[in-house]
Amino acid sequence: MLRRDTLKYLASGSIVLLSGLLKPITALAKWNDDAFSAVDYDEAIAAYFSNQEIKESDQITIGVHSVVENGAVVPVKIKTDLPNIESITIFVDKNPNPLIANFDLFPSCVGFISTRIKIQQSSNIIATVKSDGKIFSTRKFIEVHEGGCG
Amino acid sequence: MTSSIRLKTKTSNGVTTVRAIIRHPMETGFRIDSDTSELVPTHHINNVTVKHNGSVVMSCDWSRAVSKNPYLSFMFKGGNAGDKLELAWRDNKNNTDSVETLIV
Repeated sequence: MLRRDTLKYLASGSIVLLSGLLKPITALAKWNDDAFSAVDYDEAIAAYFSNQEIKESDQITIGVHSVVENGAVVPVKIKTDLPNIESITIFVDKNPNPLIANFDLFPSCVGFISTRIKIQQSSNIIATVKSDGKIFSTRKFIEVHEGGCG
Repeated sequence: MTSSIRLKTKTSNGVTTVRAIIRHPMETGFRIDSDTSELVPTHHINNVTVKHNGSVVMSCDWSRAVSKNPYLSFMFKGGNAGDKLELAWRDNKNNTDSVETLIV
């Protein structure tokens, strides 16, 4: 009996140890499920930036057509002159999940990102930039004729 | 099998522009299959990481709202002709692919 108890104790101990070891690995991956699955723009922003203050900035430009025929493929370019950029994040406020994509830029990167996204209906595209540890954002309204989430 | 990734670089004035196209369906989970009349399950890339000579220069997390056959472009400084550049992606079904190229 004693042996069995010891084994049990050892087994539970090793599980604790193992979960302790696994944590830093998942932290590295840092997929923010709360923010990516949020269905409301304010919720997505709050989950992603843990309620940090976000300032409007005129040093971010969103290059996108203001009228879009096909929401399935919307080319978007984000440029910024802000210093020490850590990340650029794209939101679309009326999409089923407003958080579209986050780009972590390492120190050698230029403040630029270009991609193509899906937009379901006429919405604001919001680009946020983390610069010197602070968060800045700008937005642009675009009209979408045919939704792109189907 | 050919790679799912097309990766190109161009360097001028010390700035390397990286451009990539990845072949991937990026299913949102909202689309109905016209043959079976059933919803096609969500299937999308959720991370793309690019390394320059082995160290990460850019890493991005994507939702299903990035377009089908995703396009990605960014720029970084310090890349020289002949340096190694590697791009790897992973999707929500844990499929992965990667490609390595030399900077031009």
